Amino acid sequence: MKKKKPKIAVWKFASCDGCQLSLLDCEDELLTVADEIEIANFPEASRRVLKGPYDLSLVEGSITTPHDEERIHQVRRSSKYLITIGACATAGGIQALRNFKDVNEFISIVYANPTYIDTLETSTPISSHVPVDFELRGCPINKMQLVEVISAFLKDRKPVTPPHSTCIECKLKGNVCVMVAQGTMCLGPVTHAGCDAICPSYNRGCYGCFGPKETPNTASLGDWLGEQGTGDPEILRVFRGFNAYAPSFRKESERHEEKKPDH
Amino acid sequence: MKKKNRTIKVDYLARVEGEGALHIEIKENQVSDVKLKIFEPPRFFEAFLRGRDFKEAPDITARICGICPVAYQMSAVHAMEKALGIQVQGPLRDLRRLLYCGEWIESHTLHIYMLHAPDFLGYEDAVQMAKDHKDVVERGLQLKKVGNEIVSLVGGREIHPVNVKVGGFYKVLAKTEFDHLKERLKWARDAALETVKWSSRFDFPAFDQDYEYVSLSHPDEYPFNEGRIISNKGLDIEAQEFENNFREDHVEYTNALHSVLIDRGSYFVGPMARFNLNFDQLSPLAKESAKESGIGDHCHNPFQSIVVRSIEVLYACDEALRIIESYEKPDQPSVDFEIQEGVGAACTEAPRGLLYHRYKIDEEGQILDARIIPPTSQNQKTIENDLWQFVPKHLDLPQEKLTWQCEQAIRNYDPCISCATHFLKLDIVRS
Ligand code: SF4
Ligand code: SF4
Repeated sequence: MKKKKPKIAVWKFASCDGCQLSLLDCEDELLTVADEIEIANFPEASRRVLKGPYDLSLVEGSITTPHDEERIHQVRRSSKYLITIGACATAGGIQALRNFKDVNEFISIVYANPTYIDTLETSTPISSHVPVDFELRGCPINKMQLVEVISAFLKDRKPVTPPHSTCIECKLKGNVCVMVAQGTMCLGPVTHAGCDAICPSYNRGCYGCFGPKETPNTASLGDWLGEQGTGDPEILRVFRGFNAYAPSFRKESERHEEKKPDH
Repeated sequence: MKKKNRTIKVDYLARVEGEGALHIEIKENQVSDVKLKIFEPPRFFEAFLRGRDFKEAPDITARICGICPVAYQMSAVHAMEKALGIQVQGPLRDLRRLLYCGEWIESHTLHIYMLHAPDFLGYEDAVQMAKDHKDVVERGLQLKKVGNEIVSLVGGREIHPVNVKVGGFYKVLAKTEFDHLKERLKWARDAALETVKWSSRFDFPAFDQDYEYVSLSHPDEYPFNEGRIISNKGLDIEAQEFENNFREDHVEYTNALHSVLIDRGSYFVGPMARFNLNFDQLSPLAKESAKESGIGDHCHNPFQSIVVRSIEVLYACDEALRIIESYEKPDQPSVDFEIQEGVGAACTEAPRGLLYHRYKIDEEGQILDARIIPPTSQNQKTIENDLWQFVPKHLDLPQEKLTWQCEQAIRNYDPCISCATHFLKLDIVRS
């Protein structure tokens, strides 16, 4: 008897579409993967919508509207496994910068008629709303890691995505450390591996797009950067980027906010 | 035919980037309402760019869109460089063009093969299409891959490249590092030629319209990063005059602002505009292939935009090869400059069309104010106008077919809803 193919769905919330594009960017693997699975819902790529339940849901984007707050529960109910992909879905994304400010002020800066806009005061990760089975990091995610995670879930095994820091990847690559050699500010020591240390390989510091690694010592790095002469506003800004609302990055950015002189 | 009231609704537009819907109402066989709705949630980039450092603009604005991050980075760095009073020239300028070639190849090919061609061949997506046309879909995927390889090599990664910097790049490569790409690009150029031939044989609904096309124009080259903003109806301005000539309207049913030409209304940006206004600057091979395809030197039917995009892919392959062949590694990866206060505006040609950025920075390089107008907001009104024109001519089609064709009329523009909100939802109502 022919085995039924597992049904996969891709869902989008507030995001840039970059993480789901990673799937279409698997040019060499796409048709092979598509033979093994049923793409049941993937609006960016197809008009076809198959009814749930789905074996695996990939969720991109953060929750920023009342409507999406409801929608994520429906997605969860119709999915056996739910995996979040990218910094938006796992930490609120760059749009979580509103969480530190008054969103009404933001609306008035961008829109002439703020009353037309229905948005929440915060941008929050998917896990703040529903249980999540696995979080894949990155802004954007690494497409080979995505293929690994999909295959792992379909085979009921644990995905292999190392939890160590970008620094380790950078060392493994044999790069010269940009922080030691050039005094460039770098979040490598506290950032989750997965990108293969792209930035140091291109002569620049890591700006933390993969979010915090497991148990990051952000305070120690923050202090050290300060001792090297980096100003508080700069330290605040680097932690307050694409993963600004991930707890350890958030805490560290706030610490440098407090130290700012009042004016 | 009986006079009927109908509604055409598409609650979630597929094969576009971001979330949008279409709503069309037909009363007594007359279109009474067209709404292209964008329900992608707003993300407030212009608001939180305030207070950031000027150096962060290329990394932050890249995140407006995963499909065309290079476009955001290019408009951002050029606008910042205007504010700082610097100009990037020589091989660094060429490398920026090369990076843009990569994004055009990758983004256009994604649209041509995976998002648009399935409409013409009657498939719901490229994966279904691959069941009958495996070779074609594989050719598309490999061509797209070459575009991504350029962006990865020059930019560090295909989505949200890390190597772009105000003043140039963080790191520049040696000439030999491009050797491998050269061979790949020669293959890509042949594949692009095939793509033009293949797409020009599709069955296009007759739909020539009289548009105002707007694009950059440069005396020496097909426009990517620089040039004046011109139109076929007399516009000819510098980027800093953009806001005096264009206005953004905030409409109730959509989270995206509609951009219009003051006193003139809707206009058209993107591949067809560039092609019609800059045909003479294409490479000889691209020109020749345009002629052979039957398009010639102009195209006024948005359903044929797929052919124009294919011609632009061919051009981008040619141009990338030209750049690689003449490239010499510059001494420095970026130019030196002093931070100063200023205001800078720039437009570049994103795959979907003109992308405007303006920044005001203070003497420490802190961003005081930012303004970004993406191509999809500029095309929204034109897309709606197309539907006003298209639907009445096709009322005899069954509902499902008409709905699909309306979706296709929208996809002609390769709209990117994520961009337009910095937001698209389409429902057609026939009552
Ligand atoms: S995590 Fe980054 S790449 Fe992914 S959707 Fe969000 S902004 Fe885009
Ligand atoms: S910012 Fe850090 S995590 Fe992101 S690509 Fe650069 S090195 Fe990798």
